[in-house]
Amino acid sequence: MEASEVDLKVDLGGLAMRTPVATASGTFGYGLEYVGAIDYLRLGAVTAKGVRLGPWPGNPMPRHVEVLGGLVNAIGLQGPGVDAFLAHYVTQYVRTVGSACGAENVPPLIVNIWGGSIDEYAEFAKRLDAAAAASPSSPVKAIEMNVSCPNVKSGGHTFGQDPAVLAKVVAAVRAATRLPLVVKLAPNVPDVSPYVAACEESGADALALINTIPAMVIDVETRRPVLGNVTGGLSGRCVHPVAVKAVWDAYRVTKLPILAMGGVYEPRDAVELMLAGATAVAVGTATFSDPTTAERVADGIAAYCARHGFQCVRDIVGAAHPKEKTT
Amino acid sequence: MLADEAAKVVRHSAAGPGYRFLVLCAPRIAAALVPGQFVHVKVPGLEASALRRPFSVFDADAESGEVTVMYKIVGRGTEALARVAEGDEVRVMGALGRGFPLTCKGAPLLVGGGYGVAPLHFLAKRMVRDAREGCGRPVLFVGGRTKDDLLAVDRFEALGVEVRTATNDGSAGVKGFVTAPLDETLAELRQSGERFELFTCGPDGLLKAVADRALAAGMPGWISMDRHMVCGVGACFACIQKIRMPNGDVSNARCCVNGPVFAAADIVWDG
Repeated sequence: MEASEVDLKVDLGGLAMRTPVATASGTFGYGLEYVGAIDYLRLGAVTAKGVRLGPWPGNPMPRHVEVLGGLVNAIGLQGPGVDAFLAHYVTQYVRTVGSACGAENVPPLIVNIWGGSIDEYAEFAKRLDAAAAASPSSPVKAIEMNVSCPNVKSGGHTFGQDPAVLAKVVAAVRAATRLPLVVKLAPNVPDVSPYVAACEESGADALALINTIPAMVIDVETRRPVLGNVTGGLSGRCVHPVAVKAVWDAYRVTKLPILAMGGVYEPRDAVELMLAGATAVAVGTATFSDPTTAERVADGIAAYCARHGFQCVRDIVGAAHPKEKTT
Repeated sequence: MLADEAAKVVRHSAAGPGYRFLVLCAPRIAAALVPGQFVHVKVPGLEASALRRPFSVFDADAESGEVTVMYKIVGRGTEALARVAEGDEVRVMGALGRGFPLTCKGAPLLVGGGYGVAPLHFLAKRMVRDAREGCGRPVLFVGGRTKDDLLAVDRFEALGVEVRTATNDGSAGVKGFVTAPLDETLAELRQSGERFELFTCGPDGLLKAVADRALAAGMPGWISMDRHMVCGVGACFACIQKIRMPNGDVSNARCCVNGPVFAAADIVWDG
């Protein structure tokens, strides 16, 4: 079998993806910044940078520090707010990416949202739902709820740290939108099961795992934390095994499809996450060193399937688990 | 124009003690670059997951397809880059960022600190080549800690650019900061009433000193910010600079796409 014969299509909780490879939120701007450097035809979806209802300035500088095998960032979810996001960035995304790969081939946009209150999450979801419903050609095809960013104290991760609160915020967003709803969870919990259950019971369509892992770096010369925010979130190659375990654990306790991210640099990283239970993967920090990572990974997944006799990429999802799945 | 090219190293030579010129063959990027823009280099020899390193462009030539960057060996990225040999392949992304405006009216005064002269060289070369009406011949004011930090002076002189130097230790030019010779010239221009524009790249202290002088004189000042960057294309929001918007609001602009060159009047300095 040739790699080109492999069926790469996946369905992520109602979001149709032509390949199982997306870009991860916060590493791909508003989807249009890399036009010219990458092939959008091989992206299954693009996840936009996290936005809240109103404009948000983000954290003080410095906002990142490179570590061996990874990156610690504390950007702090700087964003334009929903009005500018829809009016400017989504419009630009359609125009710019459409001119690069054809209007009919613009990858679906997953909008990553966060907020300081349950009402804010719900209001944002309602706005996106209306925008998507108003125009069938809108690229807005799914919502990813960020309840796990370690870099913003006033919102985000606080909703993801308590299953009861998580259930409430997911239910509120569910009630506000018909768009496929993905909930992005943190890896730094003792047991992911109660969080997964909260999402499932509250009407989520899919899970995203993992967000960055809380981390910090101290400059030993100045004896001060490097980041303006003091602490940040670790991403990059070094977090990959953490992601594999988080996906493995979540897959065992849910039927929800999983979008997996965390240290995807090579096709084998993506295959590993899919074998652990991911329906699709997202490329994040790797884009910074090689913008073509996502397309290389998509090609490599097809090659893997061909080499191992899988006609359809969906057949490798969860394939590392024992046959008698425990759900 | 954004392209990610596999570029052959054409030349790699000393630019001074601890400084290097790296010449890459990257035809699409070379043709697109304007002075003040930068390129984002994937450094061979670092682990594959390492972030790219941004470099100001010292020179770019559409005909030869060559892009020259000048850098200082300061950390593990530039240490690894220094080991790259002629003929090696280096991935380079460009042309990135917003460069200097090429609409100078009056005397262009270029003020560089250390390897901050890199984008000023490309700018001077374009100004001399284009010889736009109303734009005078550029003058370079360059400062460094010692004479070893005065870089590429011969390259500016070869363009016919007058170079005025200052060093902190007095080993070349005026002893002190580069603002000393600059202030002499500014005083002369104030007397004559001649228009000028300031263009600068270097350490933050120098940038602010030059911006202050532009604002005090009521003349345009163009400030090139040197910031650590992650994506280089505006996707990650790691390299921000506070900027005053036309409506008076302060906004976190991205140095990689809204800069690295900013108008002196727009910059909100921290501290």
